[in-house]
Amino acid sequence: MSDLAIRVENLSKSYRVGRTRVRHDTLRDLVTDRVRSLGRRADRDRAERVFWALRDVSFDVRQGEVVGLVGRNGAGKSTILKILSRITEPTSGRAEIHGRVGSLLEVGTGFDPELTGRENIYLSGAILGMRKGEIDRKFQEIVEFAEIGRFIDTPVKRYSSGMYVRLAFAVAGHLEPEILLVDEVLAVGDAGFQRKCLGRIGEVSRENRTVVFVSHNMSAVARLCQSAIWIDGGQIQEIGRAADVVMHYLAAGQTDAGEVRFDASSGRPPGSEYISLAAARLRDDSGCVTTTFDTTSGVTLEMEYRILRRASSLRLGFALVAHDGTVILASRDADGGVGDGARGPGTYVTRCTISARFLSPGQYALTLGCDTPRIETHFLLERALVFHVEDVSSADGPTANEASGLVRVSLPWASDRMGH
Amino acid sequence: MRAFEGTLSPIVIEPSRGRWRLDLGAAWPYRELLYFLVWRDVKVRYKQAALGVGWVVLTPVLTVLVFSMVFGVLARLPSDGHPYVAFAFAGFLPWSYFSQALARGAMCLVGSSQLLTKVYFPRILIPVAAVTMPAVDLLFSSIAMGGLLVWYGIVPGWGLALLPVFTLYAGITALALALWLSPVNVRFRDVGHTIPFLIQCWMYLSPVVYPLSLVPDRWQIVYGLNPMVAVVEGFRWGLLGASSPRVSLFLPGAAVVLVLLVTGTVFFKRMERSLADVV
Repeated sequence: MSDLAIRVENLSKSYRVGRTRVRHDTLRDLVTDRVRSLGRRADRDRAERVFWALRDVSFDVRQGEVVGLVGRNGAGKSTILKILSRITEPTSGRAEIHGRVGSLLEVGTGFDPELTGRENIYLSGAILGMRKGEIDRKFQEIVEFAEIGRFIDTPVKRYSSGMYVRLAFAVAGHLEPEILLVDEVLAVGDAGFQRKCLGRIGEVSRENRTVVFVSHNMSAVARLCQSAIWIDGGQIQEIGRAADVVMHYLAAGQTDAGEVRFDASSGRPPGSEYISLAAARLRDDSGCVTTTFDTTSGVTLEMEYRILRRASSLRLGFALVAHDGTVILASRDADGGVGDGARGPGTYVTRCTISARFLSPGQYALTLGCDTPRIETHFLLERALVFHVEDVSSADGPTANEASGLVRVSLPWASDRMGH
Repeated sequence: MRAFEGTLSPIVIEPSRGRWRLDLGAAWPYRELLYFLVWRDVKVRYKQAALGVGWVVLTPVLTVLVFSMVFGVLARLPSDGHPYVAFAFAGFLPWSYFSQALARGAMCLVGSSQLLTKVYFPRILIPVAAVTMPAVDLLFSSIAMGGLLVWYGIVPGWGLALLPVFTLYAGITALALALWLSPVNVRFRDVGHTIPFLIQCWMYLSPVVYPLSLVPDRWQIVYGLNPMVAVVEGFRWGLLGASSPRVSLFLPGAAVVLVLLVTGTVFFKRMERSLADVV
């Protein structure tokens, strides 16, 4: 027998996307639609476009290998996992899986809010493919891993979201499949618990089990995976050593322009009934729109938007994200007292500058958002702008290394002579 | 390693368009999951309500009381010599199981969209679990039936032992329809609107509030196409010691169920693969 765990050959998956509405939610819609289109059959066919979520994807995974799937949102990573876990069928192509599969496509699969922690461990365990005897054996271990202790007999609807997630991951993490398919479960929970989950995946892989895992956490992919697959637009961009693929993938972010515009032609712009984002861009100190900044230049974020209805206590903000997903800082216009929040209808530009000599050389992303605190999120654009900071002209020269940390802050130092 | 998926034979994933592979055997290793799905529904159902099990007994009792007032006292429908309350309850018992099984079965896939899009298991377990769960209600409401029998001093016949068989038959009938209706309901939510109406009509087409003897002889073959005729008559026979039902009357209904079950299974398997994309 070969040591192949997964073999994927020319896998494709297409969805039909209609003009305005192909889903007939009621029979009446279907009937009236069919009647209306009787006379113009050809027209209808032209209107129905096909969207390829995956196109001719082929790869092999050896047994015991840990493979990371990387790519932007909508690139097709999750579609691959869904096909491999038999939730959805491919349109063409074929995949072969040798071994028992466990898939974790979300946290808390099969959880019922009305049931207690104990009951949910059994239910979720069974849905994920465990036998009752197996759950019995691992029950204590699961409870300990989840750190929920005496809340075990409380309905999970009363749990805090942290407890819920911990319990859900604990159940999932104790599955013992030969092949584990994991989708972004690490994006949840506090930092401490995330570390624990990553540790658990590392453990699983040491037991010579195969793991395929989708993540936006590049440092985790580089650390945990031997190889990685970079998917873009439903096609494979690169397969290779995890560290190489991650590097190339991140480098590709550099080619993005320093500006994103949202025209009416490109679909609905981000926003709500109150605000509509028109553009977001990055400028250096000389006013050029760019994605590459010298350490001696500030990074100015500019957001151009229209206020559609008078909105009070509206906040615009961003989060500065490091290459491995760490949020370095978050800032909102309300923090500085610039916006009292109340803005009448009209077009606005809001700017914020990240000071020069603050960031160490490296790659960063900005997540942009706008909300009315505690009421509504108007838009949230993850990693909308990506930029690089390079050390070219600063006095200390190109000394960039990891040890220098993500940010540079000038702190007051003092040395006193205490005696001989 | 347990034989959940054979470790030796690989799982092959490819488009199954145009292929008639029923592969029902694949569901067998998941029988424990079936148990857990039913167990979940039972737990959730009895947990939410303050009266819990009380409702399960109370609802049919109140319904039958209303029936007895309207059909027994006011309309003076015959009840083949049995006290009307006991007569109606014996008929309503399997009927309420069937109507709940059918309603839950038809809605089951829509209600499980969370599972359909996130985890794999043979989808057929969902309707099977949905039509099984109300049987637990049936067990509880049988307590009230027992009380009635004692009250009226009715001694059940040996047909009592066959009640599980009639229940199973009602369950299979509900399943056969659920296999057709639940995938259709995913695409067209109209089904959800028509089910309560369908159930109501169907009850009056079954001998629940009136005796079979009220149906003219020449119509009995057509009437027998309704599989619930056999179930209701079977329950009356078992519980009240009524005259044993004529087998010939049940054959048309059994044929209907068989056809629906076979075609429904094929239909369900065909729809199964696109469920995650449309639900």
